[in-house]
Amino acid sequence: MPDVYVVSGGVSKFAKARPDRTFQPMVKEAYDYLLDDIGLDFTQAVELVDGTTSSYFSDHFGRQLMGGAMATDYLGMCPKHNKRIEGGGATGGLNFQAGWEGVASGRFDIVLTYGWETMSHVNTWKGNEFIALASDVSFDYPVGGFYSGYYAMMVTRHMKEFGTTVEQLALVSVKNHNNAFHNPYAQKRKRITIEDVRNSTMVAWPLTLLDICVMSDGAAAVLFANEEGINKLEKATGRSMKPTKVIGVGGGMDAMRMADRPHGDVILLPHEKAEDYKDLKYPGVHSFRSGRNASKEAYKMAGITDPINELDFVELHDAYTSSEIQTYEDMGLCKYGEGGGFVERGAPFMPGVDYGYDLPEQGKIPVNPSGGLIACGHPVGATGLMQAVFGHWQCQGTIADHFGDPTLQIKDAKRGAIHSHAGTGTYVTVSILEKGF
Amino acid sequence: MAEKKNYYKIPETDDGTILFNVPFPEDLKQLKDMAPILIKQPYHIDYLHSYGQDSPFFAGLANGKLLSNKCPKCGYTYGTPRMHCMYCGTECDWFELPREGYIHCFTVCHFGSEEFLPETPFILILVEWPEVDTLFLARLVDVDPADASIDWVGMKVRAQFKRLSKFKPTDVYFVPA
Ligand SMILES: [Zn+2]
Repeated sequence: MPDVYVVSGGVSKFAKARPDRTFQPMVKEAYDYLLDDIGLDFTQAVELVDGTTSSYFSDHFGRQLMGGAMATDYLGMCPKHNKRIEGGGATGGLNFQAGWEGVASGRFDIVLTYGWETMSHVNTWKGNEFIALASDVSFDYPVGGFYSGYYAMMVTRHMKEFGTTVEQLALVSVKNHNNAFHNPYAQKRKRITIEDVRNSTMVAWPLTLLDICVMSDGAAAVLFANEEGINKLEKATGRSMKPTKVIGVGGGMDAMRMADRPHGDVILLPHEKAEDYKDLKYPGVHSFRSGRNASKEAYKMAGITDPINELDFVELHDAYTSSEIQTYEDMGLCKYGEGGGFVERGAPFMPGVDYGYDLPEQGKIPVNPSGGLIACGHPVGATGLMQAVFGHWQCQGTIADHFGDPTLQIKDAKRGAIHSHAGTGTYVTVSILEKGF
Repeated sequence: MAEKKNYYKIPETDDGTILFNVPFPEDLKQLKDMAPILIKQPYHIDYLHSYGQDSPFFAGLANGKLLSNKCPKCGYTYGTPRMHCMYCGTECDWFELPREGYIHCFTVCHFGSEEFLPETPFILILVEWPEVDTLFLARLVDVDPADASIDWVGMKVRAQFKRLSKFKPTDVYFVPA
């Protein structure tokens, strides 16, 4: 299998609404950024890119089928191969891995992936209805289909099982909003406190408005290549590339209906023992078995046995503050049940940033240095690719150039994980990125 | 700095208005500065949704019975119907769930999808039964949503049935037992 690299990435500004553009030119904004960053021009790219993959989550939001083809022809990529990838909230992460597969399989030397969502065309409550259609329409949706409600049920079980508190959830929001203050691509850039989160409007008990990501319009693009592809790009641009190597990919899934999930044994990571969890029924609805499976696969491929010490950062799918805490555990950054204490001690906070709290383990493993979905926004089909772009810039050490602010650059970042998630953990992808130059 | 005053605002709706023309510049170069045109596109569909193999569950609700499936081969017992066993692929049998179960987890929805907004605040629970391997999603009523507390987890609840069946999973709902 050839080594696969991320060579460049681009993101459009994520915003509540982009009535100034239809989705195709919005994708082109992200794509133009990607091209400009490596000095490749449009016609050279048309010649060198062997195939493309496109992603958006919902046919309902756009009321446009075959949108993937329309974005592709707008970028001038006809008549080469394209396909559309879709998998709920994990659409972007699945597309990232589809791009990787195109090169890893040996089929292509250079693959371009892009994703977007335009969620502003319907009101927020109709949007929630569309999203809730990603739950069983016979048994789940008609009972009161609402994803914030589904995740809230999962967190009440996590709280009961492990003693997790609402203040610990709120700290995730504090961290991610305050990080995004330094990220010009983020939709919500403000400094907040635990009190702000708890005093904000209650949406689905115990989750408030500030525990939950917002809907967005936005696009992101990632360019993949093997070594042969990198040679071609360097020849065309006269520049040397600063690629990020994809050293591990993993995926997982679980039953769409939360009610169907088993209560069995924990899937163990190499650094864990069965005795750690002898009384824990797993995954139930407190944990994401898909996230654990995806992590296990990705770590195995990357040769990672001690994730917290072998990763420099994680960009994970924090559609809810609660799912960030659950994901620390799935990814083995701490043990199952310890996610609340993990954030309270400050381990996932950025080093050197003042959050206004005493955080004894601050900076141990920065999680969502970009601000995550909670602050950057969640234009579903773009989100997993946005994480890849931010992860690529971290490994390159170019965050200051792209953000115009060095605060969020993790010093000497060599290796990080990106994590994309759908439907109360129905699909999860984990990919491991490593500095490749 | 001038003090920011919050003036009264008339509540907004998204009905829009019927528009027959827009201003248009003489100089075509000015077109790129034009504000985007937004139009409203209604979208209504009636689906004929079949419950297929799960239909007996809804017939059961209409007759005051909460039914689910059990695997005759490996014995796995489902709290929500599933005609084929997830663990051995065998076709399952129907059985009647106990009237009384326990709250495994819950939430109070203060907002929701457009369809359910008028019903807020409403309570969602996953019901567990000691002798059943998986759970069942339902509404909980007859408790005050303002009293939400983690102590609700583990509460004993009892299934009640709508007399006038709508053939929806909400034909059954739960109350504190
Ligand atoms: Zn079976």
